[in-house]
Amino acid sequence: MKDHAGEARFEATIDADDKVEPRDWMPDGYRKTLIRQIAQHAHSEVIGMQPEANWITRAPTLIRKAILIAKVQDEAGHGLYLYSAAETLGTSRNELVRLLHTGKQKYSSIFNYPTLTWADIGVIGWLVDGAAIVNQIALQRTSYGPYARAMVKICKEESFHARQGYSILLALSRGSQEQRAMLQDAVNRWWWPSLMMFGPHDGESTHTEQSMAWKIKRVTNDELRQMYVNQTVPQGHYLGVTFPDPELTFDEATNHWVIGEIDWEEFWAVIRGDGRMNRERVGHKVRVWDENEWVREAATAHAAKEEARLAASA
Amino acid sequence: MSYEVPLAPGEQVADIERTSDDHGWPLWEVFVRPKRGLNHTHAGSLHAPDAEAAIQNARDGYTRRAEGVSIWVIPSKEIHASDDAAAMFDPFTDKPYRHPTFYEIPDEVGQL
Amino acid sequence: MNKTAIDIELATYLLRLADDNMVIGQRLGEYLTRAPELEEDLAVGNLALDHIGVAQHLYEYAAEAEGKGRSADDLAMLRSEREYSNCLLVEQPNGDFANVMARQFFFDAYQLVLWGALAASHNPRLGGIASQAEKEARYHLRHSSGWVIKLGDGTAESHQRMQQGIDALWRFTAEPFEIDELEAELAMDCVATDASALRDDWETTVDRVLGEATLRRPEDPYQASGGRSGIHTEHLGHMLAEMQWMQRSYPGLEW
Repeated sequence: MKDHAGEARFEATIDADDKVEPRDWMPDGYRKTLIRQIAQHAHSEVIGMQPEANWITRAPTLIRKAILIAKVQDEAGHGLYLYSAAETLGTSRNELVRLLHTGKQKYSSIFNYPTLTWADIGVIGWLVDGAAIVNQIALQRTSYGPYARAMVKICKEESFHARQGYSILLALSRGSQEQRAMLQDAVNRWWWPSLMMFGPHDGESTHTEQSMAWKIKRVTNDELRQMYVNQTVPQGHYLGVTFPDPELTFDEATNHWVIGEIDWEEFWAVIRGDGRMNRERVGHKVRVWDENEWVREAATAHAAKEEARLAASA
Repeated sequence: MSYEVPLAPGEQVADIERTSDDHGWPLWEVFVRPKRGLNHTHAGSLHAPDAEAAIQNARDGYTRRAEGVSIWVIPSKEIHASDDAAAMFDPFTDKPYRHPTFYEIPDEVGQL
Repeated sequence: MNKTAIDIELATYLLRLADDNMVIGQRLGEYLTRAPELEEDLAVGNLALDHIGVAQHLYEYAAEAEGKGRSADDLAMLRSEREYSNCLLVEQPNGDFANVMARQFFFDAYQLVLWGALAASHNPRLGGIASQAEKEARYHLRHSSGWVIKLGDGTAESHQRMQQGIDALWRFTAEPFEIDELEAELAMDCVATDASALRDDWETTVDRVLGEATLRRPEDPYQASGGRSGIHTEHLGHMLAEMQWMQRSYPGLEW
């Protein structure tokens, strides 16, 4: 049933740059888009734990090990905040997990690449978290209150992640020839995938217009990508790495670093599920979930027993 | 950004079962008092099988950076919320005399 | 630098405590992303960080005490499986969640009484480390005993798995309370503590929790030992190979 007063309030809220809160009336499309986007953001955090956890046992020093564990823990925490935000829209976390496990909801494609060396861990912190930060800063102004608040909380913690990564790379860049080669090799493999994190060109992004109208999205894909490139290229030069892009040039007129064309075939292949680690990432998640069903059931059973005992003694 | 993960050709958006019944651990809301003298504020939510686990999880999930001295957890279903529709709150704006800015106090009177 | 016999003894003792925490920290690090729920991954991360943090403090102190110019990382990453002096309990592999919690529970109950006693050490630096570690152990024990009870008194399947975990690890629970001449001497100086005197309190806690969990106390009298003198189970070698891989492959570099 159409709620005209509710719709008017919704539009006024969006126009005034105010926040939409959980019990407000909202268009069905707004709710659906948000559930999908927030859930996929949450899934990205959780799946993103895996490529990094891959190096916890082999971190080269105690402090690097501890910092990496703390980072992976933060990612779990970010997943927690985001699932909470998604649940305010009238769904349950278990439902969202089911959709992830059955491939009906996705996660950021960047996590479908393997972490082959220790340098990959540094590069992930620098490039992947760096890209996420650019996006998340923009999302702090998203129109849905719980999502915006989760973004503010996440942004506060995220800069530690980027610094952690860059500090690993600084050490490598000042190290032996092997270490410097390890660093360059990792950049060669992660640079283009990090650019793909920002999605298709604006012209080809079918949801951008509506998302911008609802102020879910505040900055377009290409704009975000350009911000990321501009901030990141000088950082790479400082490390003494070259970017695997022969067309990368600085445009004096626009003050922008201009990149070559992204390999959109690779982009869509990974989205479709044919990236290097797609099957492993989801497979791991599903296996761990299924193998531990008995634990979750036991906890629920115990809680019920406790309640019954309490009721009986009352 | 990539959390929007575009649909691959031929893919459909899956329908969500609009459910808040979790078939699992219940949802709890977490409130944290950041330091003495301040109120508890809402920090977020989490899933836990019982109150003790909820408090422990809240400590690990919401106070890793020493953001709190006290934690409350409450099953989400125990929270009763007002109807945020304007009908409940709009009338407040036509009683401006409740707000201090309504009154003009001469400067000579000082702090009021 | 001229180090006295007492300094070397102290370093040796500190290494045992450090190795215990390093090894269980490493095992918990392996377990991240494998926990039954997101909140438990957070909890496991917390446990791992606490143990590795304590290990780091103890390694740093041990390095100073022995005065051989080694760093904390050298002690963790460049000592061999025959030099590692952790107790056998902590090097046992993860297995399922019940096994992880059984190992954690037995160790937490030990750490709580151990750090409690060491907080009164006449060595103020060790006492300081112990005071902080005791707080952490108390929190850890709440968590692990909570799970032993939930799983023991949960479903039939969880009860069976939890009993299996308790049974499998029972034979490693006497070793932490054994003391040798070195520890006895340090205990006499009130630097270390007589761990054998802590066993009763540990048993009281364990019996209480097993009772509440409707679990059976294992009856097999066999107890394994030898970790303190570098005679480990076959598990430790594999664990160290993975942990020390970077430092062994790229010797002498900065990370």
